[in-house]
Amino acid sequence: MSRYVLVLVAMMLGLLSLPAQAIGLEADGLGVAGQLVDWFVAPAQWHGPTSLPTRIVEHLYYMTSAMAIALLIALPVGIGLGHWGRGGLLAINVANMGRAVPSFGLVILMFLLVGFGFVPVLVALVALAIPPMVTNSYVGMQAVDPAVRTAAIALGLSRWQRLFQVELPIAMPLVMAGIRTSAVQVLSTATLAAYVGLGGLGRYLIDGLAQQQLAQVVGGALVVAVLAVLLEALLAGLQHLLVSPGLRREG
Amino acid sequence: MSLVQWDWVARHGGEIGAQLGQHVLLTGLALGFGLLIAFPLALAAVRWPRFYGPSLGLTGILFTVPSLALFILLIPFTGLSIATSLIGLTIYTLLILFRNIVEGLRGVPADVSEAAKALGYSRGRRLVQVELPIALPVIMAGVRIAAVTTIGMVTVTALIGQGGLGQLFITGFTLHFTTPLLVGFVLSIALAVSVDLLLAGLLWWLTPWQRGRAT
Repeated sequence: MSRYVLVLVAMMLGLLSLPAQAIGLEADGLGVAGQLVDWFVAPAQWHGPTSLPTRIVEHLYYMTSAMAIALLIALPVGIGLGHWGRGGLLAINVANMGRAVPSFGLVILMFLLVGFGFVPVLVALVALAIPPMVTNSYVGMQAVDPAVRTAAIALGLSRWQRLFQVELPIAMPLVMAGIRTSAVQVLSTATLAAYVGLGGLGRYLIDGLAQQQLAQVVGGALVVAVLAVLLEALLAGLQHLLVSPGLRREG
Repeated sequence: MSLVQWDWVARHGGEIGAQLGQHVLLTGLALGFGLLIAFPLALAAVRWPRFYGPSLGLTGILFTVPSLALFILLIPFTGLSIATSLIGLTIYTLLILFRNIVEGLRGVPADVSEAAKALGYSRGRRLVQVELPIALPVIMAGVRIAAVTTIGMVTVTALIGQGGLGQLFITGFTLHFTTPLLVGFVLSIALAVSVDLLLAGLLWWLTPWQRGRAT
């Protein structure tokens, strides 16, 4: 974890040490660092409907709604198929095809078909989140040692007990790996919501690009990046709690 | 109004072809650079295992940074140029390729490497003639994931003025016109699927000893 923070700090320092002239901005006496600090402390970033806290809440709202729906669809499918060991190849192939769908195109396509609103973005984000979770939970359930399954049957455990007390705990590291991949991807892609007129942190990126305001663009991108790293760390912690100590892998 | 107006497609065939070409070019270059960088890193990580954790951490954190944010964070350094999208895309391929090359090489059974050593293979020959072929399925799995992911991600670089087929998405959005969007969308998926199949075929061709085994 400390490694992650170190790298982030190093990246920011590298960026901030650039003089403004070096990047072709008219020099107003401030480097990128100065412009960024100005942007971050400006009152507009802290009050009102376009402030950073509001944008962050919007962004997290997009992510959590999409993830909630995707979890409800993907986990039962992946875990169920892995448990019964049927239809897995089909599920994996469909999920892999899903990876080929460009989410940027899907967001715009849904927008053109459905119109302005949260629904088109939600559909695209859910579609993006499902494949990694299906694949990983299926593979995790499949990888459960048959000897362990048989032992659980011999001990007289019912099907549900075997599923929830034996197989799922063993598959948990991979199930969580899928959830982490999806969550971080959805958080990243939620920036595209701004492209079709919604809010979230993507607003700073899209508006900043359109208005040629580097401080806004870079500031917004930094916030998204930090948020993504924090989310990943949070989910890694959750995984640590959920995975039985006997199953934790080193590294 | 129909979703696709074929006469528009016919009139813009040249433009569509050019964007498809740029898409393939960006993907190919990103994968090429990714392999060029990931390979020596992976060899170093296999030889000096202490190096593996930190490298995985570094590439992992770069992978976590959202693509659009990363492209934008590169703008101060490289401007709105092809270099920006290329560097960003390459960074994304790195983690997948690096991890798969290392895992592939680590998965080579120790007795096989020992046997090659006992037969008098030098380190380099052992790597090229024994270890790499055995690691190839895992490495190729990484290349396939990286290729498919990159093809999707290239479309996002349209927002910073590159993007191949992503430019058709923007045209569709700006004009509120589904035809270019769908053309780009379908071509992008078709490109990803055919590249994936092509790479799977390449692996099949390169590893004759694996055929007939369950994958």
